Amino acid sequence: MSGITLDLLLLQIVTGIALGAVYVLVALGLSLIFGMLAVVNFAHGAFFMVGAYMGVWLFAQTGNFWVCLVLVPLGVGAIGLVTERVLVRPLYGRGIDYPLLLTFGLSYIFVEVVRMTFGLNGIPFSTPQGLTGAVNIGIGHFPLYRLFLIGATAVIVIALYLFIEKTSYGLIIRAGARDPEIVRVLGIDISKIWLVVFGIGTGIAGLSGILSAPLQSVTPEMGISLLADAFVVTVVGGMGSLTGAVVAGVMVGVVVSLTTLVSPEAGRVSIFVLMAVVLLVRPQGLFGRTGALG
Amino acid sequence: MNGANTPQAAKASGGAWRSALDAIVRHRVAATLVFLMVFPWLMPYHALAINILIWGLFALGFNLLYGYAGLLSFGHAALLGVGSYGCGIAVVHLGWPWYVAILCGIAFASAVACVIGFLAIRTRGIYFSMVTLALAECVYYIFYQWESVTGGENGLRGINVSTINLFGLDVNFLDPVNKYYVMLGVVAIALWLFSRILASPFGAVLETIRENDARAAACGYNVANTKLVAFVLSGAFCGVAGALRALHLSTVPVEVLQISTSGDVVMMALLGGFGTFFGPFIGAGVFQLFGDALTLWTTHWQLYLGATFIVFVLFFPRGIWGSILHWLRVKA
Repeated sequence: MSGITLDLLLLQIVTGIALGAVYVLVALGLSLIFGMLAVVNFAHGAFFMVGAYMGVWLFAQTGNFWVCLVLVPLGVGAIGLVTERVLVRPLYGRGIDYPLLLTFGLSYIFVEVVRMTFGLNGIPFSTPQGLTGAVNIGIGHFPLYRLFLIGATAVIVIALYLFIEKTSYGLIIRAGARDPEIVRVLGIDISKIWLVVFGIGTGIAGLSGILSAPLQSVTPEMGISLLADAFVVTVVGGMGSLTGAVVAGVMVGVVVSLTTLVSPEAGRVSIFVLMAVVLLVRPQGLFGRTGALG
Repeated sequence: MNGANTPQAAKASGGAWRSALDAIVRHRVAATLVFLMVFPWLMPYHALAINILIWGLFALGFNLLYGYAGLLSFGHAALLGVGSYGCGIAVVHLGWPWYVAILCGIAFASAVACVIGFLAIRTRGIYFSMVTLALAECVYYIFYQWESVTGGENGLRGINVSTINLFGLDVNFLDPVNKYYVMLGVVAIALWLFSRILASPFGAVLETIRENDARAAACGYNVANTKLVAFVLSGAFCGVAGALRALHLSTVPVEVLQISTSGDVVMMALLGGFGTFFGPFIGAGVFQLFGDALTLWTTHWQLYLGATFIVFVLFFPRGIWGSILHWLRVKA
């Protein structure tokens, strides 16, 4: 304990923000889909994992990380579009649990198909060239790739914010989240909006998969524990709230990082304690609206 | 359950079906027990029958919460797992006899259900599934790291119960047939209690909450307390299943606490039919037989499992037993 200096503490906080960046992206997609479609995507972790594997495969083909960063979200988003159109759409209006059960079954299929294609063992994914090494950020040396991750997440969050708040398409999305019935009455085909939103949400999940691939080994099971983390972030932030996803994502990342500094074993458990505290004090989440879900 | 109320319907062509159905529904505990008595002799090997019995009880406990109270928990792995650990710890560390160990498993599982339930019932609908999943994951990490008591990564080993004393009679517990019927005795008590709970006013309140919890609250029922009691009761039944599983396997693998166990029980309950008395056993049986048969010719059985589950969600949301009951009612 005595060895902890202010610099070390600050460095650990930055590490936590980098960790939180992945949580932010995954929770954003989850929240976006839920806010619009009232569907909890239990296959979200699987889409994340598929994104990482698609990145591995594309990187082997092209050798260019930047090309992967563009193609992976498009590819995973396309799978998301097919999923919504073929599997999720028939379930609208049949109770909120059914899409959840369906996407849960879907995650089994994704994991198994990846196992069949790429094998059971993890695949290492090296840090892309130009992003290796560490830079001095004033409080100590910090891995460049993690800084890039924070930057990339910030860009995605800002882009998504501008898209939803400032474009006319975003206006329709916001209106659809408020009252789909009225949007339909105004002559807009809401099912197309739902399709696109599901595609964007899963695309972001795929993108976060490839972005976090260099930080860990790519395995078929990598999405499973992430799903639990993403749920914690969503519950803390408030379901359907994009601001909540960002704030809670960073918060959870920092809490894990700081707890690990004090006691490595308690790192994982600490986020569940955080969730329990939020549930006791503010069951609808930090940015959740009361009454929206009870 | 729907009783017969139109005598002329019974005279119609489906009358025989109808009266058979009514008899099964009215004497659901007896009918289930008769089936389970002959069940091991219908199975390719007896150990599989024991597995199905245990998973069926687990799915029954899960069904109390989702099928009857409408609360979809994705954290039931914690309840089964902690029940197993409770029983295992009583045998391995404390040297207690098997029946006390089962009670210990029930107590452990109920206590954990109380904590998870207390936090999870503060939320509704979709949140409930997410919170239970996350809290069960937390239980997994705690047991994984509590190595001195739980054996950590290797699981808890050495739950060796070779002979048990039943009313002065020594029974060889290693023989699968003996083991099955001893466990069936425990399951029979659980089934009877379960049926009593469903038939009680409390059971009626549960179904009211499933249909419309705002209205239940307006009628003066304490919705939050009822949900919590249902969660703890569900935990107790799952604890029995967990304890039996520990005695059956003589070990508690730590993997039992992983999300996949919670998913398995959801799948079994759906396959059999949510909210039906006998459905969980059908679901557990089909799930285990399906898995057992598929592993013979493919290592990728999870693919077929996921696809089957999706087909059921899309086209047979009533499940196998629920569909049969529905079909018989329409026919009659």
